[in-house]
Amino acid sequence: MNALRLLVIVTALVLSGCASSPPAGTGDLGVVIERANGTVAVINTTDRRIVGEVAGLGDLSHASVVFSRDGLFAYVFGRDGALSKVNVLTRRIEIRTQQAGNSIGGAISQDGRYVAAQNYVPGGVKIFDARTLALVADVPAVVDGKPSRVVGLADVPGGRFVFSLFDAGQIWLVDMQAGPDPAHPKVTRFPDAGKQPYDGLVTPNGRYYVAGLFGEDGLALIDLWDETPSVRKVLSGYGRGEAPLPVFKMPHLRGWAIAGRYAYLPAVGRHEVLVVDTETWSEVDRIAVAGQPVFVIARPDGRQVWVNFAVPDYDRVQVIDTVCHQVVRTLEPGAAVLHMEFTPRGEAVWISSRDAHRVSVFDTEHFATLGVLDLPSPSGVFFTARAARIGF
Amino acid sequence: MKLMHRLTAAIGARRAWMCFPLLTLAATAAMGGDAFAPSPQREQKLVRMVRQDCGSCHGLQLTGGLGPALTPAALRAWSADNLAATILHGRPGTPMPPWSTLVSADEAEWIARRLLEGFPQEGTVVR
Repeated sequence: MNALRLLVIVTALVLSGCASSPPAGTGDLGVVIERANGTVAVINTTDRRIVGEVAGLGDLSHASVVFSRDGLFAYVFGRDGALSKVNVLTRRIEIRTQQAGNSIGGAISQDGRYVAAQNYVPGGVKIFDARTLALVADVPAVVDGKPSRVVGLADVPGGRFVFSLFDAGQIWLVDMQAGPDPAHPKVTRFPDAGKQPYDGLVTPNGRYYVAGLFGEDGLALIDLWDETPSVRKVLSGYGRGEAPLPVFKMPHLRGWAIAGRYAYLPAVGRHEVLVVDTETWSEVDRIAVAGQPVFVIARPDGRQVWVNFAVPDYDRVQVIDTVCHQVVRTLEPGAAVLHMEFTPRGEAVWISSRDAHRVSVFDTEHFATLGVLDLPSPSGVFFTARAARIGF
Repeated sequence: MKLMHRLTAAIGARRAWMCFPLLTLAATAAMGGDAFAPSPQREQKLVRMVRQDCGSCHGLQLTGGLGPALTPAALRAWSADNLAATILHGRPGTPMPPWSTLVSADEAEWIARRLLEGFPQEGTVVR
């Protein structure tokens, strides 16, 4: 009897040993949001294939993802306020917490210890332990007794997070390392940042935070290297007094649109990309494009900037050459392009076409189609290389 | 720019007002049903547009985001006419744009009515 039991145990051990897969890295993995069915697809950028799916993630309209610094965990921020920690190798949801009623994205701290979520309902930012998703700090964005929706949350060096208050027109800087207790981080408020900031970005060096303004022509800029940082308005009046065109989708600034010393930014209500010198923060050029730009993203080496558009011009993607400041290519990857993501060193770009139900992979040098993956209503595409970048 | 914006808004509001009696008539004629119905293909497009494109601000489940919730409960205070006018002409001072270049007045009215009764889900997603 005992011998039989031993045999069963030994057999089980041997079998489980055989079944375990060889050690694998995550550097060429990523996730694609399937926005309509609460699922993310885990993809491999070397093989250009879907390696599996993770379901049960809730309302993923406007979902976004940040990665743990080991590239193993994807933190998925759902519209419904749920935050899920997904293991991209086992493709299991490790932890899931309902942290708010309506959420719009998040960030991970420089040291990887904290994950922060920016929320519309209730307005504010919640900061979690990245390992356990236990709540560490709650920062309600309340100004004059009124809660504000939060946008443009990004990590900045020094264990800080920065974000904008859409309703209150302010920018707040949260320092997790300033005091003895991370539950009560130091909050620096910048009032009068501008009317209706809609999103923000941090430059690759972590020096500047730029918030785009919807309610006025211009951008709010903070130099975080200043001893006492302050907000200043740049590019005021870039609309030149002309009536704005309808904006059918709010542009996104998240991620870098910085190539060399120039920033490439979507003009609001104009079918143009603004080229801004980041030494002087003045406009040096503007490039006419096919529609209202939504994402304006630099290839990692900065040689190209890729632009997608709001409805009804969202079947196209345009490529700007950053040397000649001209559109050099217009691609039509499929109906309703929502997002673009470059492979870590930029030889390929993955583009999601929501209504064509596919993600297309293009060679960024010759624009050949390298692959097409069928996925239902794909939106955001996020690769694990984001783990190593400031502001992602 | 602000002046132009206001002017556009004023014209928008005026147009909405002029539409009002017509829409009311249509509504009366449509008691228990719609005077206007899009073709099945167009209907499918409109449903997808509201769920997906409007959904980028209002949420896929229309529970709100940068834009307010568009559930029947949230829209209790709204008439179909006012909703349709908002769809067509937008809300100046907010990110809500005028959609009149993308939907007709009849279609806006149809969308407004569907929103008030609980917006239909999209058909099964084709893989």
